Amino acid sequence: MREIIIIPAFNEEANIVAVLSAIAAEAPDFGVVVVNDGSTDGTSAAARAVRGVKVIDLPVNLGIGGAVQTGFLYARDHGCSLAVQVDGDGQHLPSEIRKIAAPVRAGEADTVIGSRFLDKARYPGGLFRRAGIAVFQLVNRALLGERITDSTSGFRAYNRKAIELLAESYPDDYPEPEAVYILRRKGLRVREVPVEMRTRAGGRSSITLGRSLYYMVKVNLAILIMNLRKGA
Amino acid sequence: MEDVQTIRIQILAIIGSVLLLGFIFELIRRKRLREEFAILWLAMGGVFLVLSVFRGLLDKFSYLIGIGYPPAALFLILIIGLMFILIHFSVAISKLKETQKKLVQELGLLRAERESGPGAP
Repeated sequence: MREIIIIPAFNEEANIVAVLSAIAAEAPDFGVVVVNDGSTDGTSAAARAVRGVKVIDLPVNLGIGGAVQTGFLYARDHGCSLAVQVDGDGQHLPSEIRKIAAPVRAGEADTVIGSRFLDKARYPGGLFRRAGIAVFQLVNRALLGERITDSTSGFRAYNRKAIELLAESYPDDYPEPEAVYILRRKGLRVREVPVEMRTRAGGRSSITLGRSLYYMVKVNLAILIMNLRKGA
Repeated sequence: MEDVQTIRIQILAIIGSVLLLGFIFELIRRKRLREEFAILWLAMGGVFLVLSVFRGLLDKFSYLIGIGYPPAALFLILIIGLMFILIHFSVAISKLKETQKKLVQELGLLRAERESGPGAP
């Protein structure tokens, strides 16, 4: 079965080619699928210019969750055994794709999260992001009884089982922490592997102060509701 | 004087309720409004029509639930009715978003499939 890299991209014209070239150099054995989430710039054309890249153009902007899920649907329908999610902004290092894919390939985990914080004492990033990450960790530990240090990381590897599950159900916005719960509640094994990440090469991050607050409330509410729901 | 005033407002209320009901029916007739939503608005209009025709009802109702000032009961009914309608809207919008997301994803995947042609990876 095939192994693919899913790259959600919204207005990443400035970064996408560099990301794709780095992937071609570091992980040439993967199929590459760019999900262009209704970009208003030249993201699609830029990605199409790179050889061997499959581009899925969404006619309108769905948000990161809907875009990534499109990648899962593609992976599911094409019988992929492994899917690695890599952000289109260049913060995830293609040289570490192999590292997060390894435990999934070896059958040791159903999902692997590339964590920036696994081996570190203090979190980088702004105050609000740090506070948010700390809260997620507390909730994680309380509800799942295990330590996920970087539940906001979008650098992940999924096996077939996880792909099929998330193709069916994946949150719309700020999906990463919730996805961990969806997977864990179905009994899938989620593991973390330490990785390095770069600060953004160009463009702007989607995390601002107001959004951080919304992020916190939304994700914790969603996780709470998920726990109230039976079975699902 | 008192009587003229109350009858005046009663007539206005009846006219208002009838206009609301007529407007809703017209929207349904022209297929501008789905029955699903129309039912809530018709119920609202109906309640107001009944309350404006039988003025004593509002007094009885407010006495029953312990509201000393009947117009306050009217606001209560209005707010509860609007809340129901708004919650119904939120549910409908959530459903629409979910449907729209599925359609957009499917459209993107189908287009990509068509580009690569049959048999291509």
